[in-house]
Amino acid sequence: MTEPYQLTAWEAAQALQNRSLSSSELISSVLRRIGEVEPKVHAFQVVIADKAKEMAKEIDDRRARGDSLHPWAGVPIAVKDNFCLKDAPCTCSSRILENFNPPYHATVVQKMLDAGLIPIGKTNLDEFAMGSSTENSAFGMTRNPWDLDRVPGGSSGGSAASIIADETVLSIGSDTGGSIRQPAAFCSITGMKPTYGRVSRYGLVAFASSLDQIGPMTKDVRDAAGLLQIIAGHDPHDSTSIAQPVPDYLTELTGDVRGLKIGIPKEYSIEGMNPEIEKNWREAALFYEGQGAECVEISLPHTEYAIAVYYMIGTAEASSNLARYDGVVYGRRAEGPFENIVDMYRKSRSEGFGSEVKRRIMLGTYVLSAGYFDAYYRRAQRVRTLIKNDFEAAFKTVDVVLCPATPSPPFKAGEKTDDPLEMYLSDVFTAPLNLAGLPGIVIPGGFSSEGLPIGIQLIGPALSESRLFNVAHRFQMETDIHKRRPTL
Amino acid sequence: MEFEPVIGFETHVELAAKSKVFCDTRAEFGGEPNSYVCEVCLGLPGTLPVLNKTSMELSLKVALALNCDIPEVTEFDRKNYYYPDLPKNYQISQEYRPLGRNGAMTILMPGGREKTVGIHNIHLEEDAGKLVHDVYKGRGVSLVDLNRASTSLLEIVSQPDMRSPEEAEAFMETMRSLLRYLEVSDCKMQEGSLRFELNVSMRPKGQKEFGTKVEVKNVGSVRAVLRALDYEMRRQTEILEDGGRVIQETRLWDDERGETRSMRVKEGAKDYRYFPEPDLPPVHIDREYLETLRKDLPELRDAKRKRFVEEYGLPDYDAGVLAAEKAVADFFEECTRLHNAPKVYSNWIMVYILRELGGEDEKEIADLKITPEHLAQLAQILDSGKINQNIAKKVLNKSLQTGDLPEKIIQEKGLEMVSDSGEIEKFVDEVIVEQAGPVEEYKNGKDNTLNFLVGQVMRKSRGKAQPDTVQELLRKKIRGEQP
Repeated sequence: MTEPYQLTAWEAAQALQNRSLSSSELISSVLRRIGEVEPKVHAFQVVIADKAKEMAKEIDDRRARGDSLHPWAGVPIAVKDNFCLKDAPCTCSSRILENFNPPYHATVVQKMLDAGLIPIGKTNLDEFAMGSSTENSAFGMTRNPWDLDRVPGGSSGGSAASIIADETVLSIGSDTGGSIRQPAAFCSITGMKPTYGRVSRYGLVAFASSLDQIGPMTKDVRDAAGLLQIIAGHDPHDSTSIAQPVPDYLTELTGDVRGLKIGIPKEYSIEGMNPEIEKNWREAALFYEGQGAECVEISLPHTEYAIAVYYMIGTAEASSNLARYDGVVYGRRAEGPFENIVDMYRKSRSEGFGSEVKRRIMLGTYVLSAGYFDAYYRRAQRVRTLIKNDFEAAFKTVDVVLCPATPSPPFKAGEKTDDPLEMYLSDVFTAPLNLAGLPGIVIPGGFSSEGLPIGIQLIGPALSESRLFNVAHRFQMETDIHKRRPTL
Repeated sequence: MEFEPVIGFETHVELAAKSKVFCDTRAEFGGEPNSYVCEVCLGLPGTLPVLNKTSMELSLKVALALNCDIPEVTEFDRKNYYYPDLPKNYQISQEYRPLGRNGAMTILMPGGREKTVGIHNIHLEEDAGKLVHDVYKGRGVSLVDLNRASTSLLEIVSQPDMRSPEEAEAFMETMRSLLRYLEVSDCKMQEGSLRFELNVSMRPKGQKEFGTKVEVKNVGSVRAVLRALDYEMRRQTEILEDGGRVIQETRLWDDERGETRSMRVKEGAKDYRYFPEPDLPPVHIDREYLETLRKDLPELRDAKRKRFVEEYGLPDYDAGVLAAEKAVADFFEECTRLHNAPKVYSNWIMVYILRELGGEDEKEIADLKITPEHLAQLAQILDSGKINQNIAKKVLNKSLQTGDLPEKIIQEKGLEMVSDSGEIEKFVDEVIVEQAGPVEEYKNGKDNTLNFLVGQVMRKSRGKAQPDTVQELLRKKIRGEQP
């Protein structure tokens, strides 16, 4: 028998509306599942059980009264722990924010709540979303439900793991260089990074402001489309959010790919790529050809610079964004007495930040320093424009680009923690989109011979989310890879 | 060797926008500490700035009035430095694409000489909060008040074009006047809404290269700036005369001791790691909008001064004094509109009203009890001959104290001119009898004595007689003519 926690949001919504399931039952089922598997997975930083039950009851009452509700009202959602949810902790997996409870809701959180979604907990991440494995969490790593010795990817590893372990129905993450898509690939879920500005960043704790974007992490494409529908839109509190109206992604979700032109970027066949990844990519291309699409080789010539550019711009912005954690007004302050204010800053920050965050703050500070600013930051911005131009040129001839999500399947915990550069290469296929501000979706593409998930990625021009959902949805209409679950 | 100063200013202006520059929290002073704050100006994690359009508009007005080049696109940058009054540990400012560049301001020196001072750039930024150093449970503590944090601050950087304290004073005076004309700030130096930071270096007269400059901060009034300037000129000259080297540094002005003190040595420029603010998209400044702003700029001081000379026939000096403050100029023109007597108003304003303004509490003309209606009424009564100049001055002073209208004061105090010629004649007759000596002198051709006799009659009338009438009467009576 299907347990309620196994349902997708779409399915749960049907059941909730025809009253075969109550939100309270759904929440209880999910909480029971969390109780069973969470000790193994550790997807959550905090589970918001009591409040979730209370909200579920309220939704059930309102639905019984015949109040007009969003169809998805009463569905639980796991929120990455770098979103501000009023009166709940927001640690960003950092000691420095250990005791920080934001006094306001992020815009996306407010939109979720307005739709009646129920925050079930806050999920683990690499500290301040810096990492590709969720090992850089001050409060313990998250494990990959497919193989507990392996990492779930990162930085939204907790959100990805919570979905595939059925500890929630929906989840939400943030993506600066691949932080939604890489864990989606590692955990075999659906994850989308929308166009920069499609979703308000207000209330998302900033890592790199010009790259950060929020997106859905779900059990399938339909759920991703429905969730983006809820959270997208212009926000007067975020000047970088786009003022275009939000399409009806669910209505536009036909799965029709006939006549579609798909670009296969030759530069994405990088040296050292796992052959099973390469094979899966080719198979995906063949699949789409079989569905009436046409695949053509394209070139994105500046791809090889993307990681370097990403780590210059991303760390530069991060070094400034993270300057505010100084122990003065909120967050962790080291034990005094201090010699002076600089001593207080130094001790509080030394204690509060983990080593990866410190590394990036130092890198970014260096990139912005007098004498290096032009050579690194300015130059990186110019190359960023070239990368953007590559995509613009490509989208004159193709509708979407198909490529792998990651160069390898999930790696073992500890395997790359001593080699930051190796770890940084996990983002090689995902970071270019953040630099170009473009939307990308990752869906489960298959499994390696070892039974490890492999993801495929589809990239589209700005504001082509609807098209990406369609193309990805076709794959899920014809295959059941996304329906497979690990045994826990 | 003779040295000359090279002087420049960074003018900091708190803009009169109702809310802060990047959030909708009220920009207000004097409230309970940390009462005007929100998650954005507290710099809480996840918050983002949104540009206040009013702040930008006020800034553009200044840029237009200072004849700056205004780019089609202006951008904000982050200035990174750690200080507890700066919640994000970076200040959103404008380094690379400020909203105005290459401007100019004409300053008018006493004696009528004009000089143009270049404006290097104008940029909009957020202000910092305030630290209060206190003692708590026997320990020294620093308290942070963020009410002022993120209020709109406009910085106007001048070129080092001034060469004397007089020019520096004229610059500050002209700048203040301009900002007040534009109504972009209340410009209260005591409250810090207008601050002048002085840059000064000395060089041998005739030398082209600049000397090493020193920045002076913490100067709270024009007078203090001039004292600080005087101090620095002497200090630097002494160093140079002794063959020493001036250190490039920021110095703090100590008003009580009347000296500047070294704050921190600048070893090269401090590295603020400026980079474009990624949370704020570039601001496009529409040309049509800019033209509308330009058209709506108020008539500025110079133009007004010239118009006052032409339109009202005022002496250039008077026109300059009246036009220095927009509120004063408006007051004057309103008087004129109510009753046409420009020269009378000009005198009254310059002599009796301006001295009431300024001071410790920076009193403005609108704070006075007197209004244009008072002056116009008084001028009208004066013109009708019911009172003379002296009485008018007395009434004016009374009005200034009480706020009563001249008509009321004149009536209550019985100050109206004696027009009853019988009464005046009585006074004249008395004087001729009492002052037989002087009367004799006048008869013998000493004309000046008549003035003395007029004064005596005026005294008897307690100033209410018309001196002309009195003179006429005296003359006729003494000569034995029938009045």
